[in-house]
Parts: sequence; structure tokens; C-alpha cells
Amino acid sequence: MVMNFIFPDFSAIIPEMIILAFACAALLADLFSPRQQKHLAYLLTQVGLAVAAIVTFVQWGKPTVVTFNYQFISDDISRLLKLFIYLTVFGAFYYSRQYLAQRNIPRGEYYVLGLFSTLGMMLLVSSHSFITLFLGLELLSLPLYAMVALQRDSAIASEAAMKYFVMGAIASGMLLYGMSLLYGASGSLDLALVAKSIIQSSNSQSWMYAFALVFIVAGIAFKFAAAPFHMWAPDVYSGSPSCVTLFLSSAPKVAAFGMALRLLVFALPDLFSQWQQLLMVLALFSIVLGNIFAIAQTNLKRMLAYSSIAHIGYMLLGLIAGTQFGYSASLFYILIYALMALAAFGMIVLLSKAGFEAENIEDFKGLNVRNPWLAFLVMLVMFSMAGIPPTIGFISKFLVLKAVIDVGIVWLAVIAVVFAMIGAFYYLRIVKTMYFDAPADASTLMIGRDMQLVISLNGIALLVLGLFPAGLLQACLTALG
Amino acid sequence: MIPLTHFLVVSAILFSLSLVGVMLNRKNIILVLMCIELMLLAVNTNFIAFAHYLGDLSGQIFVFFILTVAAAEAAIGLAIVVLLFRNRGSIDVDQMNQLKG
Repeated sequence: MVMNFIFPDFSAIIPEMIILAFACAALLADLFSPRQQKHLAYLLTQVGLAVAAIVTFVQWGKPTVVTFNYQFISDDISRLLKLFIYLTVFGAFYYSRQYLAQRNIPRGEYYVLGLFSTLGMMLLVSSHSFITLFLGLELLSLPLYAMVALQRDSAIASEAAMKYFVMGAIASGMLLYGMSLLYGASGSLDLALVAKSIIQSSNSQSWMYAFALVFIVAGIAFKFAAAPFHMWAPDVYSGSPSCVTLFLSSAPKVAAFGMALRLLVFALPDLFSQWQQLLMVLALFSIVLGNIFAIAQTNLKRMLAYSSIAHIGYMLLGLIAGTQFGYSASLFYILIYALMALAAFGMIVLLSKAGFEAENIEDFKGLNVRNPWLAFLVMLVMFSMAGIPPTIGFISKFLVLKAVIDVGIVWLAVIAVVFAMIGAFYYLRIVKTMYFDAPADASTLMIGRDMQLVISLNGIALLVLGLFPAGLLQACLTALG
Repeated sequence: MIPLTHFLVVSAILFSLSLVGVMLNRKNIILVLMCIELMLLAVNTNFIAFAHYLGDLSGQIFVFFILTVAAAEAAIGLAIVVLLFRNRGSIDVDQMNQLKG
């Protein structure tokens, strides 16, 4: 067999190379820097993210590049997803700085593991074959398991890490089993070739595709924490340190969406009618269970975990529609969700002080008296999550609902709207707690000026994007166009 | 020559055994880790069988990657088990119930 070696196009993977270089540099810097200068790793990670963001931004709009022997693809979808991954990771690191310093959590490790996980996310959204997809997924997940266990003396954090690890490993196993069957049926690991071979497949192969699809969808659902594969999410969200919850609730969801898009829309477009039904079940379960269980929670992190399950259900609606507009609406939804989760968990991280975790809903009592501006920002985030205009959460919900109604699945949209209204109850309960309940401790609550600036930008962005959503929406449409 | 379906049936049995093992096991976390390894090995069997019968090498290359990642995964899993044992003094699955609600 004659193999001709084609020299890969390195310009496409410059962002990945930058992140890798800065992650290694941060690792060494953290190892060799004296105890007083532990912020060097932090600076390096943030600079790395900023440089990678600039390079990715320059690549935006350029033609699609498939390189490294069809292993890697750089197109506008992956660039848009990567830009949001940088943004949310940057925000998560920024908010976590003080939180980590006040607790006895190893700081350098947090940033380095986070940056390696970011590299995995970038590889995942840019994958063009099952190998890169699997490696990206594992590089995303393995540092996350370690991050959850980062608080070494906490029993609940190690329990959460164990649960996350077992569930994540099962998800990878399922996904791999599905991939192996797809490989057997199509004879290729390349996503584009798999898509091509399905069109030409005979009847005897079709059962194998359907069988493989079940495992693929189950694996994706595990990673997304879509019901009925959601059991790990509330435990992991509430058990891990808040700064880790902040990290794993935002950027990995964006990457998981990239994975779903690559596997379902790019590799298996001709099995649409089959995965549409599977996703419908997932979406229905997620919206119903997520919204109902969230009502009963007293722990804010647990409540937001159930709310994330519900949000994933809404995001799936766009994929169920199966139109170009539907995919764009889903993309828009997940990007906005990442911003909202960043703001919500960022607020929990910022309000926590040494020896005090602001993670129960009770802790938000009378926040308006203690710090009106922060209470206003929390209100914006909650309104946005509930989907109340003029915040961006309304637009993103509206778009996915429009996508399913356009293809005539009205009953699903009706159920989604009814449960969105039920969901509004627990978001508004937080607003009520902040504005109408008397605080247990009426002293003024202050957070650092720099932190206040960034969380304000994050909160206000939800309002401003809600008033002017056209730019981001256009980007989502062109990315998938 | 052994037909392909035989390999597929073996790997399907291994895969279901490992899934059942994770779900039903009520005693020890180490057993869960072993079941996870078994799951990945079932996948490897599948890939190698397909690669052989398709006459295509890429499936075998994938197996190398899966093996490497499985080793890394086992390392992290065992590290978490050590942590759990240090914090709890036991690694019983039954006692993994502090987080609920």
C-alpha cells in the first residue's frame, strides 16, 4: 500500500498550539515560582486565552480548512464555539481567583487543569474523525474529574468527583461502543465518509446504524446531563467547590454542543428521522424533570443544576427541528446559556467569603439591602434564565420554539412553554428572596472593584444582547450557513 | 475462519456485563473501575474485529488511543479512590450518599 504523506496545514491549529504552549508554560511557572508569586500561572493562562482568541477571531470568515489527514477541521462553527469557550473560561478563571486564594485549594493546578480541559474542548469542536473527537472528549473530561476533587480535605467533593468520574467513563464507553459499530458499518472513522456511506448503505446495514445511534445519543445525553441521563449533575454541581462548578457548568456545555453537532448533524444527517425521535424523548424528559425538580431545591447550586438540565432540553428543540434555522437557534441558545451560567455561578463564587459559602437560597435573603447593584445583577440573570423579555433568555427561548413550530411539532412547543412558566416560579422566588425578605445579617456586602466591573459587564451583556441580538444571531446563522 | 458475528457477540456480552456490573455493584468502588475497563476492552474487541474484516488499519490505530486513554482514566480514577478513602475511611458504594436532595 502506497501512502503519500501530505504536509499538514499548521495555520489551522495555531489556536490549539497557543493554548497548549501556554498550558505547559503555566505548569512550569507554577512549579518553579516562589510561594509569594503564585499568580504567575494565572497570568499566563489568561494571556494564553486572550492570544488564542485574537488568532481565532482573525480566522473568522476564512474558508473551511480540513487538515491533518482529515482529522481536524477549522470552520466557522468551530471558530464561533471556540471564541465562546475562551470567553467563558476567561470569565470563570477571573471570578475564581479570590475564591481560590481564600480557601486552601491549590491555585496553579486549577488554572493549568482548566487550560488543558479548554484544549480538549477546542479539539472536540474541531474534530473531523472519531479519533480526534474521542481524544478531545477525554482531554476535556479527565482534567475536570481532577478539578472536582481539587479540594482534597472535603469528603463531599471527593464523592462528587467519584460520581462524575464513573458517569463520565460510562458515557465515554457508550459513545465508543456506538462509534465502533458505526466504524464497522461504514468502514471509516472519518465523519464525512461515515455520512457518505450511510447514503449508499444497504438494508442489512441499516439495523447496525440504528443500533449504533442509540449508544451515540446516550453518550451525548450523559455528557449534556440531559434527562434521563442527568443523575450525576445535581450531585456534582453541589458537591464540587463553587469555582469548579462555575467552570464545568459553562464552557463544557458549549463543547458538548459542538460534539452533538459533529456526530449527529455532520456524521449522521441521513439518520435524522431516527435521532429526531430519540432527542424528542430526551428534550421532553429534560424540560419536565428539570423544571419540576428545581422547584424543590433549597441549595442554589442544586437548583441551577436542575435548571441546566431544563435548559439543555430547550436547546435540544432546535436540533429536533432539523432545519438550518433550528441548528442556528440551538447554537445561539447554548452560547447564551453559557453566558448565563457564568454569571449565575460567578455570583455565587463572588458572594462567598472565606468560611462562608453563599450557596443556599437563604443566603440571598435581603441582598437588595446589603448591596442593591449585585441584587439587580442577580435579578437580570434570573430573568434571563426564566426567559422574561427584554433579556436575552427570552430571545433564545423564542428562537428554538419558533424552530420547532416551523416544522409543525406544535405539541412539543406547547409543553415547553407550559414548563417554562412553571420554571419561572423558582427563578422569581430568588428575586423575591432578595428584594422582599429580611436579611439575617444586614451588614453591607462588598466585593472587589475589579470583580464588580466584570460581573457587571457579564450581567449587563444579558440585557444589552436581549435588546440588540442581531449581531450574534447573524454570526450563528452564517456559521451554520 | 471465525465469522465476524462471533466477535461482535463476545464484545456485546462483555459490554453488557460491564454495564450491569456498574449498575448492580453495591460493594466496592474498585469493582466499578474494573467494570469501566472491561467496557473499554469490549469496545476494543469490536474495533479490532471490524478492522480485521474490513482490511482497514485505522480501527486498530484507534484501539491504541483507547488503551492509552484508558490507562490515564484508570490513574485518575484510582487517585480519586485514594482521596475518598482518606476522607471517609471506606470505599463502599453504599456510603456514597452524602449528596442528595
